[in-house]
Amino acid sequence: MIYTLKRLGLAVLVALAVSMLSFALLHLSGDPASAIAGESATDADIAAIRAFYGFDRPLIVQYADWLFSALRGDFGESYYFQLPVAQLIGDRLSITMTLGICGISFAILTAVPLGVAAAVRPNSMIDRMALFISVMGQAMPSFWFGLVLVVIFSIKFRLLPPSGTESWKNFIMPTVVLGYYAMPAIMRLTRAGMLDVLSADYVRTARAKGASEMRVMFKHALRNAIIPVVSLSAVQMGFMLGGSIVVESIFALHGAGYLAWESIGRNDLPTVQALILIFALFYIVFTFLSDLLNAWLDPRMRVG
Amino acid sequence: MKTVLKGASLFALSMLAAANSAYASKADDTLNIAFTKELENVDGYFNSSREGVIMQRTVWDSLMYRDPATGEYKGNLATDWKWVDDVTLDLNLRKGVKFHNGADFTADDVVYTVNWVADPSHGVKTQRNVDWMKSAEKLGDYKVRLHLKAPFPAAFEYLSGPVPIYPHEYYAKVGPSGMGQHPVGTGPYKVVSVEPGKHFVLEKFDGYFKDSPKGQAKIGHLDIRTIPDINTEAAELFSGGLDWIWQVPADQAEKLKEMDQFTVANESTMRIGYIDMDAAGRTGEKNPMTDVRVRRAVAYAIDRQAIVDGLLKGKSKVVNAACFPTQFGCTQDVTKYEYNPEKAKKLLAEAGYPDGFTIDFYAYRDRSYAEALANYLNAVGIKTNFKLLQYSALRELRMKQGTPMSFQTWGSYSINDASAIVSQFFKLGSLDTARDEEIKKWLDVADSSIDPEKRKEYYAKALKKIADQAYWVPLFSYNANYVFTKDLDYTPTTDAIPRFFQMSWK
Repeated sequence: MIYTLKRLGLAVLVALAVSMLSFALLHLSGDPASAIAGESATDADIAAIRAFYGFDRPLIVQYADWLFSALRGDFGESYYFQLPVAQLIGDRLSITMTLGICGISFAILTAVPLGVAAAVRPNSMIDRMALFISVMGQAMPSFWFGLVLVVIFSIKFRLLPPSGTESWKNFIMPTVVLGYYAMPAIMRLTRAGMLDVLSADYVRTARAKGASEMRVMFKHALRNAIIPVVSLSAVQMGFMLGGSIVVESIFALHGAGYLAWESIGRNDLPTVQALILIFALFYIVFTFLSDLLNAWLDPRMRVG
Repeated sequence: MKTVLKGASLFALSMLAAANSAYASKADDTLNIAFTKELENVDGYFNSSREGVIMQRTVWDSLMYRDPATGEYKGNLATDWKWVDDVTLDLNLRKGVKFHNGADFTADDVVYTVNWVADPSHGVKTQRNVDWMKSAEKLGDYKVRLHLKAPFPAAFEYLSGPVPIYPHEYYAKVGPSGMGQHPVGTGPYKVVSVEPGKHFVLEKFDGYFKDSPKGQAKIGHLDIRTIPDINTEAAELFSGGLDWIWQVPADQAEKLKEMDQFTVANESTMRIGYIDMDAAGRTGEKNPMTDVRVRRAVAYAIDRQAIVDGLLKGKSKVVNAACFPTQFGCTQDVTKYEYNPEKAKKLLAEAGYPDGFTIDFYAYRDRSYAEALANYLNAVGIKTNFKLLQYSALRELRMKQGTPMSFQTWGSYSINDASAIVSQFFKLGSLDTARDEEIKKWLDVADSSIDPEKRKEYYAKALKKIADQAYWVPLFSYNANYVFTKDLDYTPTTDAIPRFFQMSWK
């Protein structure tokens, strides 16, 4: 209980620090008024906008203003879209969430079995294959891989739509591209963990007492080997939510990652601020969940 | 580098893959269109993007209409007009026009729209489109009087473009945000649905007034999606998901043309590129750009024709004056600087830089063009310290402390009048790097005179001095590539405003 509370308290502090830092950085990086005013604006327009949005106030006042509104759940209105940020983000976040969950599921469901198979027969054909697949995943830039899939499945065979979010079919290629990028690390870690564990005393003991190979693998070995994989997956999941920009852009998914990227360029501060806070919260929640999961998997961690 | 790789890879692969295209769109009478950039707000007074201009012409009408072919101003929501004096314009309005929501168009709509947008406290984003108007006054149900703040010869240009008329009751109720999500106009297409920034569905407006100078829409439905990656747009085109894309980079347009599967059209736009130099010495008194010989050397150093031929291609042209050639008052009869690196070196030596100098050179777009410029400058001894910044960051830097030298572009907001560019930058504003009092005086005369000949004369004076003093080095005009299904009948216009209501199926 105390463990959980401590982690929660830390999480809140991290979120606060992130919001402060991002607020300061955004304001230092450029004049929001001239970005809002756009290309054809005159000096007077920009001055008017500066006063209209209150950019002429001290930074600390602007931050406090934002923070108190945000705490009440009011993220303000996007400068760019003239829409409530909550409405704008709600729509796009669900796309990014869907993509992130599909992506990480795809990564785990392919990487863990491959990792286990590779560890069971080190240096075999399967191991080599797994290594090859993971090296490919890390070496191929996702924009290129995405386009290759588009050419094959959309243009050549006309099986999947290249862009949009109308149906589940739209999510297949983005899921594979995003998941494939996260897969190698999970696969390598599973393999290394399994190799480690398989030579451990308790596995030998389990085998010696006549447990079936399946039972040894999954009950004794994998359960221990998977612990670092859980932590890694949590980080990867956070990364996918904030970092799916390229994939969202290629497949025109209009998710939160792409929105964040574009909003930074437009100096759309309320949108960026809200997104950064949400992404930070995701990281925090996933790390927190993975800590809990690991504590459940390995009772030794519960003391920490 | 990344984008080059991307382009090369997709196009190599798609050449192999693309065999046949299904043209389903003609069958269901829907034109599938892609925008590259997210349109912020469909309300034309609250966006400053090209996509917004396009939507505005499709969904709304203005009081006048400029025929893109002849340049003639025709009545649109107004039928005829008369100047009462330099700052008062009376307009008779068209009867029998209806808004998409069924409301009748009357003088109340014009009066409300003009008075609302002209009030700076409402925060219209594109102030330059509206800040010349003082107010509007109702003279009858179909007659209005427009009051200007000062004589404004470009008034018709604005009244025929970026000043759409809104239904007064509806706009009073929903405001810009509501108008952006549920647009209501009188235009040839009505909006069926809006997903902000992502997806817009439009339908032909059957109640569109019969004698509109824009003509009647011919295609039943428009489906506009935002697809940020040009390669994905191409993929959609190949797989039949899109019928029409534009702003396709020159190298990719060439490849698509070779494939002969789509119509590839090229047309000039009003955007010009230029080098802006710190002649006024805002970045330091000793800044070499304060010397006219150095600025002229820059002009002589660059082979603009080679950049046009090698990089921009299409209908781009070298420009010599600080404006786009079709703009009113834009004379090209100014000092011309041919490509002559020897002369450039000589001028630099005369100015006291026989070995050249090093200077910060900024740009915000078209890296390849900027790098080509830098190479030409390096070749005559002007060593450039190249810096690529985000648009807003560079703009802020230029406004606050100036930059010694930068590659800039300006699209004049498709306003076919020299005031939209030369008066924007040479009237001692914070982006005026020349700060020439005489030029400002001339431009004041040109901008406010009602006599067209006098206007031409004074723009010419200003443009000649700008060229002679090489305050700017005007480089080239931009062009746009349009790629669309062969089923579509469409000819692009130089103002780079695709008019969907003039497109039809073959």
